[in-house]
Amino acid sequence: MLSIKNLSVSIEGKQILKKLNLEVEKGEVHAIMGPNGTGKSTLASIIAGRDFFDIDEGEVFYKGQNLLEMDPEERAREGIFLGFQYPVEIPGVSMNNFLRTALNEQRKYHGLDPMSASDFIARMEEKKKMLDMQSNLTKRSVNEGFSGGEKKKNEIFQMAVLEPQLAILDETDSGLDIDALKIVANGVNKLRKPDNSTIVITHYQRLLDYIIPDVVHVLYDGRIVKTGGKELALELEEKGYEWLKEHAY
Amino acid sequence: MANDDKILEQVTNNEYKYGFYTDIETDKAPKGLNEDIIRMISQKKNEPEWMLEFRLDSYRKWLKMEEPEWAHIYHKPIEYQDIHYYAAPKKKKNPKGLDEVDPELLDTFNKLGISLEEQKRLTGVAVDAVMDSVSVKTTFQDTLQKHGIIFCSFSEAVQNHPELVRKHLGSVVPNNDNYFAALNSAVFTDGSFVYIPKGVRCPVELSTYFRINAANTGQFERTLIVGDEQSYVSYLEGCTAPMRDENQLHAAIVEIVALKDAEVKYSTVQNWYPGNENGEGGIYNFVTKRGLAKGHNSKISWTQVETGSAITWKYPSCVLLGDNSVGEFYSVAVTNNRQQADTGTKMIHIGKNTKSTIISKGISAGYSENSYRGLVKMTKNAHNSRNFSQCDSLLLGDKCGAHTWPYIKAQNTSSVVEHEATTSKISDDQLFYCNQRGIDTENAIGLIVNGYAKEVLNKLPMEFAVEAQKLLSISLEGSVG
Repeated sequence: MLSIKNLSVSIEGKQILKKLNLEVEKGEVHAIMGPNGTGKSTLASIIAGRDFFDIDEGEVFYKGQNLLEMDPEERAREGIFLGFQYPVEIPGVSMNNFLRTALNEQRKYHGLDPMSASDFIARMEEKKKMLDMQSNLTKRSVNEGFSGGEKKKNEIFQMAVLEPQLAILDETDSGLDIDALKIVANGVNKLRKPDNSTIVITHYQRLLDYIIPDVVHVLYDGRIVKTGGKELALELEEKGYEWLKEHAY
Repeated sequence: MANDDKILEQVTNNEYKYGFYTDIETDKAPKGLNEDIIRMISQKKNEPEWMLEFRLDSYRKWLKMEEPEWAHIYHKPIEYQDIHYYAAPKKKKNPKGLDEVDPELLDTFNKLGISLEEQKRLTGVAVDAVMDSVSVKTTFQDTLQKHGIIFCSFSEAVQNHPELVRKHLGSVVPNNDNYFAALNSAVFTDGSFVYIPKGVRCPVELSTYFRINAANTGQFERTLIVGDEQSYVSYLEGCTAPMRDENQLHAAIVEIVALKDAEVKYSTVQNWYPGNENGEGGIYNFVTKRGLAKGHNSKISWTQVETGSAITWKYPSCVLLGDNSVGEFYSVAVTNNRQQADTGTKMIHIGKNTKSTIISKGISAGYSENSYRGLVKMTKNAHNSRNFSQCDSLLLGDKCGAHTWPYIKAQNTSSVVEHEATTSKISDDQLFYCNQRGIDTENAIGLIVNGYAKEVLNKLPMEFAVEAQKLLSISLEGSVG
């Protein structure tokens, strides 16, 4: 699904990712953990196509295509979804209008007709029900006046509606109370399918009590310093990030 | 940055879709302005003596006035003697039905999406189409007549309803109100006239479509709307012009009178040719629009979507004379490339408990200049009156300008005036967020701008709101912040 080889990335001359390698197979859930400022969000942004980084070396392939040559919207239409750490507000644009536009742009790319109004409404209702979302959410403007928790839930909702093949959730758990956390995790679990992959980026182990990953990576100082099964997260929780320094150098 | 350049390039290639020219025989007056030309216009229109006197009086006042210079706009001097003040498509006298209208003319309006026949049959919107200086055809007459509603060209109104025209003409915008109003009062050639009788709620939207076609021609139309007691009407005006290298002058007047308990809603989608990306050509739009809320509990509402013209100089205003009268101004003004807009409103509170609302949304892109200029005046006797103003500016790119000049004059102590203003940019984060969901940058801008202008677009009649939304996106195609 996703193959990152020797990826080095810098911003304004400062190196952030250093020869990073990552392989995500179909159907897998990967967790990427690590302390703040180690390049987790940069990695998410690079995959989604944010353009303020310099790619110094390396390659990124997604479904066999050279991802770094694709526009962000093309990546999205090919099935990449980023759950933002800080979702932006778009005043005056309703969630309904926003998602319908997004969905139809994606359909157009795949040569499909726009979704009919009734099919769209049915899909929105189905996903709201699935994620236990308030029904007035879709009438509100995109993220405008949403609480921190609502914004994060809204990211998961968008993911549910757009049905991506590769979802990257960037610190979706940060700032959530335990109930919201459960809702978010529940959503991710329900959307898990044999041909979809998910990358969960998190600072804390607690999200991984609810989303059980197949693979856990530890990102430290711009590179993946350790990869293991779900027990790695627990080990990390117990020993703390200081423990990693030994592995890093 | 490369991406920005590419997109900017697209703007320059973005063609004005109404820029065609209809090859049709016109009857033109020689260039220039003097009393003889005015007499000629009046004679061509077979006007009564009082109408000619009004024109000549206006002309003499105009000669003593000076072109205003206070607006935040810059342009080459207007050569008033180099303009044709009268141009009319040659036609059979007074077409009785659409089959008698010149097919070229009908074709023009069809191209504009204003198919008179279609409109007549389907939408239930009555249309008056004005090409160059002359009203082409007003549709839907039978339905309107049943309710006693008068909706006709201004020329017809002068012939058929002289008492109504004479009573109200210049009563809201006096002929010496300002330089361009005086000019219009001297040379106006046609426009629309509306009268809604007492107690009548107009069952259809009334719509006028203005088209400048001939070269070197000024368009000076005049609209007069009178809402008698307890009446209601919603009126829409649309405008386009061919693409030409020279600038063309458009100086119109709209006067609205609302009597006791009457409501008049006036919506404009202004899409005159804005000139090319280097600022060559385009319409100079100097317009005076004013409504007099004369009776108690009367209401006048202006909604405008301004995307065209090289220069826009326009302040649709309300004089709130009747107690409890209400004035509203909802505006979206978009400027791109080298366009300049100085637009806003005046709310003059005279009656007690009068209320006004101003929602202005300016959107500037390219190298354009976009100014809001507004006056809210609470006179001495306007006790317990209220105004709320909100003026927002949205900037796309860093070469454009947005300016706000609010003037507030409060002459009593019981009134409340509130003013809010914001300036914002479409952020890269917003664009990226849309991109990441599969929406490309062009569409994302359209989406964000329409969201920003939604409060105003919602005020437009349904069938025109959709058109306005598309127009907003098209006007800004390719301009990225």
